Amino acid sequence: MFAVVQFPGSNDDRDMRFALKSVLGADARLVWHAEAELPPGTRAVLLPGGFSYGDYLRCGAMARFSPIMGAVRRFAEAGGPMLGTCNGFQVLCEAGLLPGVLRRNRDLHFVCDFVHVRVERAAAPFTSRARPGQVLRLPVKHGEGAFCASREELARLEANGQVVLRYCDASGAPGGNPNGALHDIAGIRNEAGNVFGLMPHPEHAVEGAIGGRDGVVILGSLVDAVAAARGGA
Amino acid sequence: MKALVYVTLKPDVLDPQGEAIRKACRTLGYGAVASVRQGKLFEIELEAADEGEARRLLEELSDKLLANTVIEDHRIAQVDGPPGRR
Repeated sequence: MFAVVQFPGSNDDRDMRFALKSVLGADARLVWHAEAELPPGTRAVLLPGGFSYGDYLRCGAMARFSPIMGAVRRFAEAGGPMLGTCNGFQVLCEAGLLPGVLRRNRDLHFVCDFVHVRVERAAAPFTSRARPGQVLRLPVKHGEGAFCASREELARLEANGQVVLRYCDASGAPGGNPNGALHDIAGIRNEAGNVFGLMPHPEHAVEGAIGGRDGVVILGSLVDAVAAARGGA
Repeated sequence: MKALVYVTLKPDVLDPQGEAIRKACRTLGYGAVASVRQGKLFEIELEAADEGEARRLLEELSDKLLANTVIEDHRIAQVDGPPGRR
């Protein structure tokens, strides 16, 4: 079962459930933030986009104190796969489950557009359906998406291969960074590899009718990983 | 007790908002404004036995909540008022 955590102010939670359930055929359920535990049988946790707690103080800063976050942290620390998109990425950074922080976009504009990202690391559980270097076209919609970290942290991320997605142009060459993210970083994973945060929205790109299906590469990889873990267990 | 805590971007972190405000100052004719950095000011009322305890609590609070230590610094500017008892 895929648990999509619903914070007050989340607004991509239902799209995430739709993508997993209706497009990919997975058992996906919404889990309210006030729950103390994840439902039994949770195999993956998704932190959706939106404006949790009105983005008060800083994006994601308040959601980190939600009752469900204790269980979310334990799930991540036990190695469970966890994916945070947009506000979910911000929550993961604020909670210290991923390094760095998402800052106000370089030019202060809210960006709502399709961007290209290059898959820097094609591996389970989030990008096994991708070829290394594959360029995905995904939508972004955020005002605070500029990934930022200390020079030492950035060096560590690069050395460990934790940069999963990088903004690029349609051909995969450098360019197309919509927000001023350092090192053109669009998505990173933790050192263990089970927690992934990204600013683009794979759940908004799962059907041709809504502008593309490249999001299936990411969400489908996660569905594959969960199925493989169950089969192998 | 009452306290003032400033949270500001670390000096080497770019501040696009401050930069936009600086440009607006220029546009208004205030060419003398060379730089603007935007931050946050928290006015906090708290109960503490003495200033030392209040400062310890505020330091903790700043690191855990008020500031994101990746990009922000904090400064406790003022702690005053009678020790809180209730």
